[in-house]
This record gives sequence, C-alpha cells and structure tokens, in this order.
Amino acid sequence: MARITLDDLAHSYLPRPAGDDDFALKPMTLTWQDGGAYALLGSSGCGKSTLLNIISGLLVPSRGRVLFGDRDVTALPTAARNIAQVFQFPVVYDTMTVRQNLAFPLKNRGMPAAQIAARVAEVAAMIGMADTLDRRARGLTADAKQKISLGRGMVRQDVNAILFDEPLTVIDPHMKWELRTQLKSLHRQFGHTMIYVTHDQTEALTFADQVVVMSEGRVVQAGTPQALFDRPEHTFVGYFIGSPGMNLLDAEVRGDRATVAGAQIALPGDHGLPQGRVQIGIRPEFVTPAAGGPGGDGGGLPFRLERVEDVGHHRILRGRAGDQPLTMLLPEDRPIPAGIDRAVPATAHLHVYADDWRVAPVTGERAA
Amino acid sequence: MDKPVNNRAWFLVLPVLALVAFSAVIPLMTVVNYSVQDTFGNNQFFWNGLGWFQEVLDSDRIRAALGRQILFSAIILAIEIPLGIFVALNMPKRGFWASLCLVLMALPLLIPWNVVGTIWQVFGRVDIGLLGHTLAALGLDYNYVNDRLDAWATIIVMDVWHWTSLVALLCYAGLQSIPDAYYQAARIDQASRWAVFRFIELPKMSGVLLIAVLLRFMDSFMIYTEPFVVTGGGPGNATTFLSIDLVKTAIGQFDLGPAAAFSLIYFLVILLISWVFYTVMTAQKDAP
Amino acid sequence: MAAVAERRGTGSAIVMVAYLMFLLVPIYWLVNMSLKTNAEITGTFSLWPQNPTLANYRTILTDPSWYMGYVNSLTYVALNTVISLAVALPAAYAFSRYRFLGDKHLFFWLLSNRMAPAAVFALPFFQLYSAVGLFDTHIAVALAHCLFNVPLAVWILEGFMSGVPREIDETAYIDGYSFPRFFVRIFMPLIASGIGVAAFFCFMFSWVELLLSRTLTSVNAKPIAATMTRTVSASGLDWGVLAAAGVLTIVPGALVIWFVRNYIAKGFALGRV
Repeated sequence: MARITLDDLAHSYLPRPAGDDDFALKPMTLTWQDGGAYALLGSSGCGKSTLLNIISGLLVPSRGRVLFGDRDVTALPTAARNIAQVFQFPVVYDTMTVRQNLAFPLKNRGMPAAQIAARVAEVAAMIGMADTLDRRARGLTADAKQKISLGRGMVRQDVNAILFDEPLTVIDPHMKWELRTQLKSLHRQFGHTMIYVTHDQTEALTFADQVVVMSEGRVVQAGTPQALFDRPEHTFVGYFIGSPGMNLLDAEVRGDRATVAGAQIALPGDHGLPQGRVQIGIRPEFVTPAAGGPGGDGGGLPFRLERVEDVGHHRILRGRAGDQPLTMLLPEDRPIPAGIDRAVPATAHLHVYADDWRVAPVTGERAA
Repeated sequence: MDKPVNNRAWFLVLPVLALVAFSAVIPLMTVVNYSVQDTFGNNQFFWNGLGWFQEVLDSDRIRAALGRQILFSAIILAIEIPLGIFVALNMPKRGFWASLCLVLMALPLLIPWNVVGTIWQVFGRVDIGLLGHTLAALGLDYNYVNDRLDAWATIIVMDVWHWTSLVALLCYAGLQSIPDAYYQAARIDQASRWAVFRFIELPKMSGVLLIAVLLRFMDSFMIYTEPFVVTGGGPGNATTFLSIDLVKTAIGQFDLGPAAAFSLIYFLVILLISWVFYTVMTAQKDAP
Repeated sequence: MAAVAERRGTGSAIVMVAYLMFLLVPIYWLVNMSLKTNAEITGTFSLWPQNPTLANYRTILTDPSWYMGYVNSLTYVALNTVISLAVALPAAYAFSRYRFLGDKHLFFWLLSNRMAPAAVFALPFFQLYSAVGLFDTHIAVALAHCLFNVPLAVWILEGFMSGVPREIDETAYIDGYSFPRFFVRIFMPLIASGIGVAAFFCFMFSWVELLLSRTLTSVNAKPIAATMTRTVSASGLDWGVLAAAGVLTIVPGALVIWFVRNYIAKGFALGRV
C-alpha cells in the first residue's frame, strides 16, 4: 500500500492542446494518504473517469506525474501498478466458479496452491460469500458479482489501492445501502486505500473520508464531507452538494455588508470589494422564514413564497427574494409564520463568491 | 421470459405455414411417395415397401459417398472454425481498417457458388491458373484433374477460402460485444493472453460459435455446386459427395425410387447430426 | 474508453494482410483474365494483362442472351427477398411475443427446412412447378428459394424483435393503435436494422444458389450463373468471356456489401449477440 500523489497532472485527448478548453483534465496537484477512503465526485463528463484511468494506468497523462509512494508510475502499464478495480458493470469470469474467480489473480502470479486456498477462504469470509464458493459465477445476481470483483481485488494483500468506478450503478436500491455499509466496514477493518468514483453525492459523502469534487475537468474542492457542506470553495460545490443545493444570490458586497434584492444584510467579516460577478451563498438549512413589514424585526431579505414541498422530516419553502429564486428548509415541527414575507439568513453561514470562487473574509472569519 | 399465451398468434404464422407447406411439404411428400414405389416406366407405379431404403443402405457406392462426405465436413470444420476464430482475434477493432477488412472478407460469401467453382477451377489449372502454374514452377506435380489427393486439397482450400470469413465475421461480432472493462480487469489480474482467450473471449463467443458450427456443418454436408464445377466428382469418384451422387442418381439416371429413399436418409442424417451438435454445445453452456 | 482499447500489434497486421491476400488473389486472377484476349490467356502466362481489353465485357453487355441472365437473376432474387420478408415478419413477431399451441415444434420444424439439401428437392420441385405451369418463371425460383430463406429470415427477425421491450407494444395498444398500424408505423422502424440484415441474407443465399435455379429454368428465367456454362463452344472454352461473366456476378454482391458494411458485424451475429 502506498500514498498516491498526483503531481501537476493534466490530460488532453487532443495531440496538440492549445487552450484551457482542450484539456479534459486541467492541471491539478493532490495527495492521497495511504489507507484513506476517497471519493471523486462530479457529474458525467467532468473528467473523473479520465482521472481514474490515469491512476489505473489505462491512460498516460499529457502532463505531470503519478506517484505511488515515492515511485513514479506515470508510464507503467496497469499490470505493473498493483491496483485493483471494481467496474460500473460487474466483471466476473462467467465460466469459473466463485472460488476460481477469487483465486485467479493469485494463480496468475504463481502463488502456491495452499496459500491461495487459505487466502481465498479468508476473502470469501470478508465479502460474505463463503457458502457460495462453488457456485458458477454466471448465474449470480449483480450485487454478488460486484462482491466477487471486489474480492478479486482484495485477495492480493499488497494492492496499492482499490478503485471503484461507479460500482453501484446496476445494483438494486436496497442492496446499494448494504453494499456501501459493507464496503465501509471492510475499509475500516483492512485499511486499503480506496478511491471511489461516483456522481451520487450520498454515496460519496457516506463512503469517503475525503471527497474530491470535480467540475469541467477541474478539481474545485477537496475536503471532508463536513467541509464541503460548511464551506464550499466554489459555487458548483455549493449547489451540487446538499439537497436542495445552496442558494446563490447576485449581490453587491462592500466590506462586511451585502446588498441583495434591495435589502442590506451583515456578512461574517470584511470581504473588501470583490470584483467580477459577485454572489452570496447560503444553504437552505440556514435561512429562517419570518413575518414583518420592511425593516421589521429580524431584518433579512424580502421573500415571496411560491411553493411548499413536504419531504417528510422537513419542508422545503420555495420562493423569490426580489427576482431571484430562494429556498428555505423548515423542520417539520416549526410552523410557517403567517404572512411570511422575510427570509433571514444566519450570518455565520453566509459566503461570498466572486466569479464562482469563494472570497475569504479579510478579518473575523470563524472556523466553521 | 414469460410470454403471454395467445393461440390467435397462429394467424400470424399462417402465411409462413402456407408457403413452407407449398415449397417443402408437397415436394417432400412426393419424395416419400417415390421412395416406397417402383415403376416399369409409363408412369405405372407399384408398392415396393422399404425395398429402396434397403438398397440405399446396402449400396457400397452411397456408403463410400457418405464416408467422403463426413470426412470432408470434419476436415473443413477442423480448419475453418479455429482459423476463423484466429482471424477474428486479429481483426482491427474499429475504424477504417475494420470496415475495409469486413467488406473484403464478406466478398467471397456473395459470389455465386458455381462462380466460386469456376474461380478455383481456373486458378488451379497448370496452364492458365496462377496456383497451378506456381506449384508447377516450384517443381510440384500438381494436377487436380487426375490426382485424388490434389483434387481433395483443391476443394478443401476452396471451401476454406469461401467460408472461413463467415466464421470469422460471426466470431468478430461476438468479440465486439465484450466491454473493454473485461480486458482491463484481466490486465489487473495479470491474466495471460491465453487466459484472456480462454476465460473471456471464448465464453462470450460460445453463442455465435454454435451458429457457426451448425451453419458450416449443414452447408458443407449439402455441398454440391462448387466441387461439381471444379472436379465433377472425380477423378473417379474421389470427390463425389452425397449431393453430387444424389443428383447423378435422380436427374442423370432418373432412378426415382432409390434417389427418393436416398434423399430421405440424407435429410435425416443432417437433422440427426445437427441435433447432436446443438445438444452437446448448449448442454455445456447450461451446466451449473 | 476508445483510446485505451487493446491495440493490435504488427503480428495481427501480418495475419490480416496474409488472410486478405489469400481471399483476394483468386479474385484478382479472375479479373486479370477477364481483361485479356483468349490468345493471351492460353498463349502467354502473365501476372497482369499485357494488352488490356474490354472486349470480353462488351460481348456480354451487348448480347441479350448474356445480359438477360442478370435481369433474370436480379428479378427472382428481389422477388424472393420481398416474399420471404413479407411472410417472415408476422411469423417472427408471433414467435417473439406469444406462446401458442405447438410454437416450439413449429419453430424447429421451420429451421429444419434450412437443413434440407437442395439436391433432395431439385427433382420434386421440377415436377411440382411443371405441374402447376410455373416452370421457367421467376416466381418459381423465388418460391423455391423460400425453402431456406424463410426459416432464416424468421430466425434472424425473431432475434432482433426479442430485443425490443414488450412495453412498447402494450403502450401502442393502449394509445389505440390497431395491430397492423402499430406494426408498420412503430414496430418496423424499431427493427429496421434487423429487416436490413434479414434482407441481406435473403439476397445473399438466393443470389449464390445455382442448383435449384438451374433446375427450374430453361430459357426465360435462366440465371446468369447458369448462362456461364454457355461459354463452352465449338472452339473450346471462351476463357475471357467466362472470366468477365464471373467478375460481373461478383459486382452486385460487392455493391450490397458496401452499402451494409456498418451492419455486417451485427448482421453476422444474426442479432443474437
């Protein structure tokens, strides 16, 4: 096992990339610690598959290096990298039994039969398939097949990393949850470095210790699920993560005050005079509805309620602040105020964005 | 698959039934009718029971033709199936070259069978054919008209030339349906080239291979035109396969009774062997 | 990922070049001969025509007894393709969508006709079509070829149709489509490639078959392939014309392949991969 470093990595599918737009993967530098659980999150076409293929050795990047530990593996073929991969669609050797499937990578590496048998038994117990070892793989369900491909990866004790390429795509919803839980506990127990590619934020946030969010070939933020929620560094992270996503409102920012839809609100610190397209961002969880005339108590933004969606343990209030859409989340036990016409954001959770990137306050920022 | 039961679907099958009844059942009945009767000429027939069948089964000439036929089919299957797989494995996967290979390979399949025969008849001639001329120039005593072995070799090479592409194209179609992830997984597992073939490619091709084996067996067992054009069944009877013998009996000598009995036995042999192939190849697939 | 697909090496290229050479050299030799005079063919041995001539082709294309052979062949091939598809489409639909009394037996019985040697049927066909006055007509050959083309067409189409989800049929019926309208307007476009593949195979097997088409015709519907035997004349074999006629029989097949080249691979798997 090893630490994985991506050093100034970039990739273009064109032979002679000219501008920034020609790169499917824009320059990035990242380090993944040994034994961590990481997720690559982004919508389709964001470059996460390209990145995964570079790590697994299917693609040689146009620029930069990939290091496993201190070893430069950029030009090494897949087989020499000692990684394992679980694919979107279950890849098993149909004509073999489960046992033969699990033994296959070891047999190919010339391990003695007795050791193989022991190791296969061990892995079969890990993935909970000890009693189906002699079944032929062809007739198994999709989730069992995915477990086999996972098992084939884990059967080698020295794998540098296990890569998951949207592994739950073809799994039934109720099995998804079970497999994810099992994966998590396997990680906790055996400590393989795991890299999990997905477009599903729930999968990413529940699986990973650290999530790398990608958009348009760029890493927009890498951080813990909590950090992504509390302090999105890019508007994409704001609205991609969280359900519903973060509110983004065009604003005029001057120091520690912002003017939105004609109303002035306080910011959690001095943001100077940001240039470009300036927006403030606030998660729906941190906006409270209120009633009271203009300038009435509670302050906040003018709000016109349009729709209420009841989603069980809370309600989503959709409406507009001025002409911009605004969403609030209200716990079920809190009533909607009569004559609601204000939306009050919690100052501590307000963020300022200039041209989509977060502007850190010059002073007075509190750790989230 | 739980298809609904609907006996009105028979109406949709009726046109096929009517057509096949006309073009298969009536002629077949005629054959059955002939097979049990004898004639003194003048369209006067009388009952002959199973006499013709007895005669056909006892005929050394027909037994010899059957032996040659089985040998021929076995040889061409043994060559064309592995060769077809091998060619398919070496075909470009996509792009212009793949299209070009496909088009060129399909070419022999669409040449009328007697033209196939003509091409090889000419090609093998020592005086005007490239193959015959080259072999003669190399000092080989090659003559498919007089030499039994040369005649056999020519007809087998011709059939390989004619039909290997069918096997290759079928296998190619099977290979195309394998997602890249399988090859990638095999590389991660450090599978050898042989293991990739044995455990990924061959299982995925098994369906189309069944089709290939069945088609090649049936068509080679029924072969008539090509060897007839090249050798006319000779030298002697060396390349007289079942169909050639049958046509000689039925149309050449107008021996309707024996020809009809022969036809029925011939048909049954093909059905039987096809059924054996089908059963063996699918049983393997359905094993737990 | 296209860029990462297994790359074929030089070894593969050599194999393919060798195999394609094996396929093309005999055809080349035919073309080579067709461009020579008889004197050159029998007199000298050369790898390419020394005095290329189109005389052989001119002979064929100006003589009705030659070129009518093409017209005859193409006529019965087209007839056969249309008849085969017309009866196979509804039957394939029935087999792919419903279970009915005796369906499996019927299906296998149909397929077994594909295994019937043409030689077995040559004589009975001759008698049958003579009796009903269809001898030496295009329709007779077209019907005779249905013997092996209809089972094949049913089989191919059934494969493609089974790939179309049944929900589509049900939705159409709920929307008030009658069966014929649904079949023609909605279903047939969905399996267009399957119909194309089936038509290709019908064309192919009807075009290349000689035993039945020769037995069932004498003058009016005589196929081109049978006409070729005419080149045996008093002065011996007319090799040049024979070769030119052979080349011309390859041309329609080559054209068809060119048009369907993108479907060939799938077509050869008969929609069952």
